[in-house]
Amino acid sequence: MAERYSSFEPGGRRWLWQRITAAFLVVVLAFHFFLLHFVNHADEVSFLASSARMTDLTYYSLMVLFLITATFHGVNGVYNALENQGLTGTKKQVVKYTLIAASIVLVVQGIRTANAWAGLPTF
Amino acid sequence: MSQSYDRGLVEDFGRWREFSAGMWAWVFHKFTGWVLVGYLFTHIAVLSTAISAAGQTQAIAAENDVYTTVITALESLLVVRILEVGLLAVAVFHILNGCRLLLVDLGIGLDSQDKSFYASLVLTGAIVVASVPTFLAGVFG
Repeated sequence: MAERYSSFEPGGRRWLWQRITAAFLVVVLAFHFFLLHFVNHADEVSFLASSARMTDLTYYSLMVLFLITATFHGVNGVYNALENQGLTGTKKQVVKYTLIAASIVLVVQGIRTANAWAGLPTF
Repeated sequence: MSQSYDRGLVEDFGRWREFSAGMWAWVFHKFTGWVLVGYLFTHIAVLSTAISAAGQTQAIAAENDVYTTVITALESLLVVRILEVGLLAVAVFHILNGCRLLLVDLGIGLDSQDKSFYASLVLTGAIVVASVPTFLAGVFG
């Protein structure tokens, strides 16, 4: 029998959240690509068109949730990949907090952008 | 209980000739994941031009605000459209292989996990080829 081979700690929640966000992202990423490349075409993008979509509360909420789940899934994936490469100790802590800071910046900037289209404060 | 095999470390990429289908699936999933997370940061950075454009009512109505101008300029470049096709390929594979991984995690279809990897590759190729005309629409004039 092979040794246990995983970048996740036994009993950890990150494994479960990586799967939960994956299940959500499979659907929403496909929807995002379909809507913005096949229903609306890339060469027809304008602030007005983006704004028309984002002023719909359902769409706005879905996109903010998409941003948060994609950021968690992506950044957690990067952290796992680095753990697989043998990252440990102080370097691991530095990488961890750098990734957390980058995630916060990304989510805040994404929400500011969504707010700009939705006519909400960009703080 | 399913049998598991010790195939050695997939991180030891120097022995790539010995990799099984499942190991290639792991490598491709990591690679496409890195590309997608890198793109996510770039995507938000480019879309952030909407923050500067907000409030420029006249420019927005005339569709010459900074956001519309930047996106239109980028979309007029053939290289950007080709990169978008590449992004689609990366995203579709990551989605299809991600579905495969969710099934593997649930213990469904373990005996055919290699076949489902090949199916992910073939389906990715088919979807990307079929999408090329849509992704290149309007770029040639």
